[in-house]
This record gives sequence, structure tokens and C-alpha cells, in this order.
Amino acid sequence: MPHYTKPAEGSWTQHYPELGTDPVSYDDSISPEFYELEREAIFRRTWLNLGRVEQLPRKGSYFTREMDAAGTSIIVVRGMDDEVRAFHNMCRHRGNKLVWQDYPREETSGVCRQFQCKYHAWRYDLQGQCTFVQQEQEFFDLDKADYSLAAVQCEVWEGWIFVNFDASNTTPLREYLGELAWGLEGYPFDKLTQVHRYRSEIGANWKLFIDAFVEFYHAPILHSGQYQPDEAAKVASYGYEALAYGIDGPHGMVSSWGGIAPPKDPSMVKPMERELRSGLFGPWDHADLGIDELPPSVNPTRHKNWGTDSFVFFPNFMILFWKPNWVLTYHYWPTSYNTHIFEGTAYFVPPKTARERLAQEYAVVSFKEYGLQDANTLEATQSMLESNTPVKTFPLNDQEILLRHLHHTARRYVDEYQKTTLVGA
Amino acid sequence: MATTSVLPSEFADLEPFAGWALQGERARYAKRIESTMDELQAFYDAAFPRTQAALDYLDQFPLDELPEDAKHLLWLYCALITVSFPVEAWRQPRVPDSGASSIDAILEPVI
Ligand code: FES
Ligand SMILES: [Fe+2]
Repeated sequence: MPHYTKPAEGSWTQHYPELGTDPVSYDDSISPEFYELEREAIFRRTWLNLGRVEQLPRKGSYFTREMDAAGTSIIVVRGMDDEVRAFHNMCRHRGNKLVWQDYPREETSGVCRQFQCKYHAWRYDLQGQCTFVQQEQEFFDLDKADYSLAAVQCEVWEGWIFVNFDASNTTPLREYLGELAWGLEGYPFDKLTQVHRYRSEIGANWKLFIDAFVEFYHAPILHSGQYQPDEAAKVASYGYEALAYGIDGPHGMVSSWGGIAPPKDPSMVKPMERELRSGLFGPWDHADLGIDELPPSVNPTRHKNWGTDSFVFFPNFMILFWKPNWVLTYHYWPTSYNTHIFEGTAYFVPPKTARERLAQEYAVVSFKEYGLQDANTLEATQSMLESNTPVKTFPLNDQEILLRHLHHTARRYVDEYQKTTLVGA
Repeated sequence: MATTSVLPSEFADLEPFAGWALQGERARYAKRIESTMDELQAFYDAAFPRTQAALDYLDQFPLDELPEDAKHLLWLYCALITVSFPVEAWRQPRVPDSGASSIDAILEPVI
């Protein structure tokens, strides 16, 4: 008997029949060729999140991002009109990288009134228009209006900045994000301005690390050392069942119980958690978000044991909502078929006291300790998947539905891309 | 020998561990994995029982107006958080099975 109600079909997976229930192959995670197809079909064609508007606090605030997966570097800037825009980070004169400091491969940020190329001093305003050409009279019929920076589609949803490298894209961001995202609208993200960001180079395919964060089937086992011994045994014997799963197009979510704070029995948690009234799920004393009710996509079943929800916005952006009113995001930026850069960013209501500050510190440090366990398991998985064994497919249970969905979606994007590009070939 | 203290005088007992009053999670984690379990345990045993006293002391000040020595005390307790995992859970300085992997703080609150 499941503890939490499953759909009428008997399982979450069968509720979405296109996913099937067969064992799956991870060939999509061990092949340089498939990765090249993903770059074209996914990273150059979908909306990609780059963080929040608060990273661009003023008119003229900018940051650059190295987008390996899409094969380019971009500048994201807040214009004098407060619009956020994105451009390929390339000077239109002879292709020098326009904005960088000291090391051309490193990302940078700052505030400026215009961009000036380091090479021959061509200048561009914050809307990308070329405003100055050194010795313009030496050129041949050059009209500056023809030499604006190459724009990248850029849209903001609820303060989250996204870009799309497909110049012919006609799907607005909000439509792409779909119903799961619409049900998050109104969450006061802009109040969560206390930010901690972590970065890690991971020796595994980007999808495999998402896999590790969209199922909690592993949590009672892999992370058992984080529990007090009695609690670890109990948790392992229960196993894990989510409150609910949701899938809408390429995106998905899992709603989870847990983190009941303060615990009924304080010996369930580590001594430092008791001292600081905090834990992996966040500070026990909830921050005030100033809203009466969470938006409908958060804790969608309105379950009293609810603890956290994880949303996957395809391809590589996750937002986690925690009951104590803070948010964690994950980004997975591929650098090759078997490496990627992982970023985890925690957003809290700014603490007013040292007590609140330390409770938040405990939550982010817990995230790192868990993340280190997850990360290393991943490298072990990648190396075996790549090894020459006769085993080619692997079973997935109902609590692993979002993995099934992620790999299914990546293959679907690649298939559709191949169909459109092979036409007429 | 004249010494200048790093921590508020109320926490003179923790002065031998003032080396843990490090700004930034990266520095604190680096010190943790360079330390022996005995060193981590000694710091934990000294600082853990003083946690509530430290929180009460720090909460006299608005967070953005912490005096320099109080800031050090706050960072020392941030370090105690980092150190509590080996002491309370792992029984070794590194996260078990974490091998060569690292997760580094690249953006943090100033205080
Ligand atoms: S390449 Fe930029 S001004 Fe010449
Ligand atoms: Fe995990």
C-alpha cells in the first residue's frame, strides 16, 4: 500500500504513458556524438536560465557568461530603460571578445555606460548599437547602424533571466515554461536577496547529476550517515515515497514530505541542528514572505507533511522550494559529454540577527555536505556506464519517474532536431 | 607577552581557537580538511557548549553593525558548523566517499 495516493493508473509512471515502464539505456549520457546533437537540439534551441534580475541591480549593470554548451560567450546587461538584454560577446569589427578582464575565458561583471572594445576602441551602447568607430573615414561606406552587437533573445519571468540562442525561436518564455511555472507566479522571489552560490566541476554527464537530484529513493541510503543512527535505520526501512509528481511537456516536479521542524524528538537530529534550530530543510523558524498562501504549484497537494518541492525546467534549471521559505536553484552547464559545471544557489530572506544568519549557514553547509556525497557517486556511475560491460539497460522504479522523463525528453528533442535537419538532405 | 585578542573578551576561553575565525566558507572548509580529527574535536568540545552564549552575545547588535571582534565570533561559529559534520556524522575530516570532488563557495554574504 502506498503511503501517499497514486494516480488511478496505479503508478505515476503509467499516468504518463509516453514514458513507458521498460528499463532504459543511458547511451545518451556516454556519447560525444549524442552530446554534440544535444548542443544543437537543446542548448541552442531552448530557454536557458542565467539567474536573477537582482544580479543586475542598476542601469548599466552587466555580467558575462561563458556558454560552452551553446558554443558562445554572452553579455547580459540592464539598459538605461531598465530592460535586460543579451548579446553575443563579440566586437563587430574583427571579432575580438568585447567584455572581459585579464583572462578572456573568465566571466566578469560590473557597471558601465557603454562597451568599448580593447582592440581598436569601437564602442557600443547598452542596447547594442555601435556608437563609435575609430577613424571611421578610413572605412568603405560603413554605416554604424549595420554593426550592432548580435542580439540573443532574452526574457525575464518572475525576475528570472532566460536567454534563447535560436534566433528563429517564436515561443515566448512564459509559454515555454508552461503550467508548472504559471503556478509559481506570485512567489516573492524578490524578497530572497541573501545569496550563497556554490560551484563544482563534475565528472559526469549533465543529465546524470539532474537524475541524482530528482529522486529521493537514494536519500535514506546514500545519505544515511547524516542521520542519527536510530533515525537512519528507521528511514531506511520506510524507504521513500513522494507526495506527488507532475509533468508538463519537457518540465517536471516532485513534491516531497520531510524536514518536520522542530522535530518531535530532538534526539532525531544532530546536536548542532538543535543548537542552531536549523537543518538541511532550512531554519526551523520560518522566514516571513509576506504572502497569505503559497502559489498553487508549491505543495500542490497542500499536504501537512510537505517539506520541499523540486521543479525541473528543461533542460538544466531546477528550483527547490523549502517549507521554511527559502529557495535553492541548481544549474548544470555541460562542458563535454562527461563533464559539466554544477551551480547551487541558495536564496534567503536577509537575516536580521546573527542567530538567523547562522541558521541559514547551517542549511547551506548541509546542502554542500549532501552534494559532495551525490557528486562523487556520479563519477562512479559515469565511469561504469562508459565501461565496456554487456549491461545496456537499467530498470527505473516509480519514484524515479523524473529521470525517465528527463532522458526521454532529451532524446525527443534530439530526434525532432534530426528529423527537421535531415529533411531535404 | 602582549597579545591582541581576536574575540570579544567574554569569549577569552575560545581565544586558543581564534584561528577558526575565518571569513568565507572556502577558507573554513580548507582548514577543516587540513586538520586532524583530534584538532576538530578539541575545537568542537570548546566551542559547542558556548553556542547559546555566543548567539545571545551576537544578537545584541544588528547584523550589519557587528563590531570587528563580534564578526570574528560569528565566523568562528560558521566554522563550528563546518566542523560539526566531521565530529557529529562522518568521524573523519572529509565527507566519506567524496574523493576528489569539491564544491566551492563562489558567492557569499559579506558578513
Ligand atoms: S576588434 Fe573590436 S575594435 Fe577592432
Ligand atoms: Fe542526494
